[in-house]
Amino acid sequence: MLVGMDDTGIITVRDLRRRYRGTGGLGFDAVWGVCFSVRRGELFALLGTNGAGKTSTMEVLEGLALPAQGTVRVLGRDPYRERALVRRRIGIMLQEGGFASDLTVAETGRMWAGTLSAPRPVAEALDLVDLGHRAGVAVRSLSGGERRRLDLAMAILGRPEVLFLDEPTTGLDPESRRRTWQLIRDLLGSGTTVVLTTHYLEEAEELADRLAIMHQGQIVRTGTPAEVAASQPARISFELPEDWREPVPDIAGTPASVTGRSVLLQTQDLQRTLTALLGWANSRDLVLGALDARSTSLEEAFHAVAASGGEPINLNHNTEDVAA
Amino acid sequence: MSTAMMTISSSRRSAHRITALSRAEGVLLRRNRLALLTAVALPAAMVYALKAAPSAVDADRPGGAGAILLTGLMAFTLLFAVYYNLVTALVGRREQLVLKRLRTGETTDSEILAGTAAPAIAIAWAQIAVAAVAAVAVFGLAPPANPVLALVALVLGTAVFALLAAVSSAVTRTVEMAQVTTLPVLIVPFALSGLMFPLAMLPEPVRSVAQALPLTPVVELMRLGLTGTAADGHHLGLAASFGAASVPVLVLAAWTAAGAWAARRWFRWEPRR
Repeated sequence: MLVGMDDTGIITVRDLRRRYRGTGGLGFDAVWGVCFSVRRGELFALLGTNGAGKTSTMEVLEGLALPAQGTVRVLGRDPYRERALVRRRIGIMLQEGGFASDLTVAETGRMWAGTLSAPRPVAEALDLVDLGHRAGVAVRSLSGGERRRLDLAMAILGRPEVLFLDEPTTGLDPESRRRTWQLIRDLLGSGTTVVLTTHYLEEAEELADRLAIMHQGQIVRTGTPAEVAASQPARISFELPEDWREPVPDIAGTPASVTGRSVLLQTQDLQRTLTALLGWANSRDLVLGALDARSTSLEEAFHAVAASGGEPINLNHNTEDVAA
Repeated sequence: MSTAMMTISSSRRSAHRITALSRAEGVLLRRNRLALLTAVALPAAMVYALKAAPSAVDADRPGGAGAILLTGLMAFTLLFAVYYNLVTALVGRREQLVLKRLRTGETTDSEILAGTAAPAIAIAWAQIAVAAVAAVAVFGLAPPANPVLALVALVLGTAVFALLAAVSSAVTRTVEMAQVTTLPVLIVPFALSGLMFPLAMLPEPVRSVAQALPLTPVVELMRLGLTGTAADGHHLGLAASFGAASVPVLVLAAWTAAGAWAARRWFRWEPRR
């Protein structure tokens, strides 16, 4: 069982495609050509706008749906066909899952624990998500954020080796979000592997070891948060004085794009370009209005992808073994 | 570990999961006062009606009012306590996304259905047990001619109507719509079950159709089991009653197989988007 012992790929996804049947025989590919792998103990985040294919991908990893094409292995096994073997080792938090509203929080937990092979005590799971004091309350009386935390408690009740979290902090207030992040960090610290989808970039930056940005059913960027951020050029912008008539030259080899009085420079080497720009301005005794220089953040990389669509770029050379 | 031992331990775990689900369903049912009241009131009302108006029933029928009470109540509980309640329970759980969540765990699909159905079936069987006691105590029902056939009617009838509930839930978008989508199964098999009027009154092709419906064989098996009377009114011995039971048993087995196939094919775990 070489596959099962291969720690580099606790989850492997190769050439995944999911197709939905549309009306009038027209179908569409919700996900296509998706490849990635997740290593033991890391947090892998799937980012993307709504409809990018994150949940469609997660459903295949969770064994809830069969792919139209491609192979998916979780803990070395097919999550759909070997559901019984995989499920006892994973935990799943759906983006949207329901509870019987007339059961109390504790009754809900006991019911779920009764279906698991090796559950932790229900009270412990509720305490981990700060719901211990709400154990006797009917689920119908919980706030949206409390229901989300109950969702998380159910997902970790079986002490999973791999945890799938589909937008775990959507609807949480900032304080609950921070505490959920801490819980996820603690789980990572104890060796749990986590696959998480989110559209909060801050969340991915805070938690992810590696991430993939999905757009229109494809992975268009993948790597560490820093690598993905660096895929976009840094930006320098300023405004020319009103009486300025000269053309703006290339600065350290970087062409300037001028719109009216506004100038934008995009560069892979922020320090060198900025130094050259300031030198040029000094030599002309020029005051640069509204000067702004910034290295790229994950957020900018994300918005650039969402705006342009972006050609697929693989920044993480360590994932080559998956494609091989 | 031998294969047999693995099978035993895996079926024990399976039973454990079904118990956990049905316990929660049972708690929900206990909190649903209306459903509980209906469950208790139905057998009581039937006993009262039969007692208060003995002329309304054909007392010369074999087994008298006791057999009519027990057979009629079984038909009612299969239709309402099992079929109708299960359609609404499955649609309600599906629309609340409870079924979707249950599918993310270790529980298999058939365990989820069994766990959801168990409390409704338990209530139905309890009602039938109460009716059996009342049939003996109030109406002096004689010991059954062939109790095995009555038991077969109960078990197969329950399986058929539970599976039909799973199929009906697939075409029912909301709990409210269940009032409409369940009508065909509630009305047609009951009208042609032989409880309202003897099927011998029907012309031939219609009678055969009636015998192929899912409730008719339950009623036939109950009459055979309780009184040993065949459809044509002849009294049969124990051995002959088994022979006469073969057709209704086959009809119920066919409905069970068809129901299981259709449920597997069309059952929906998530709401339509």
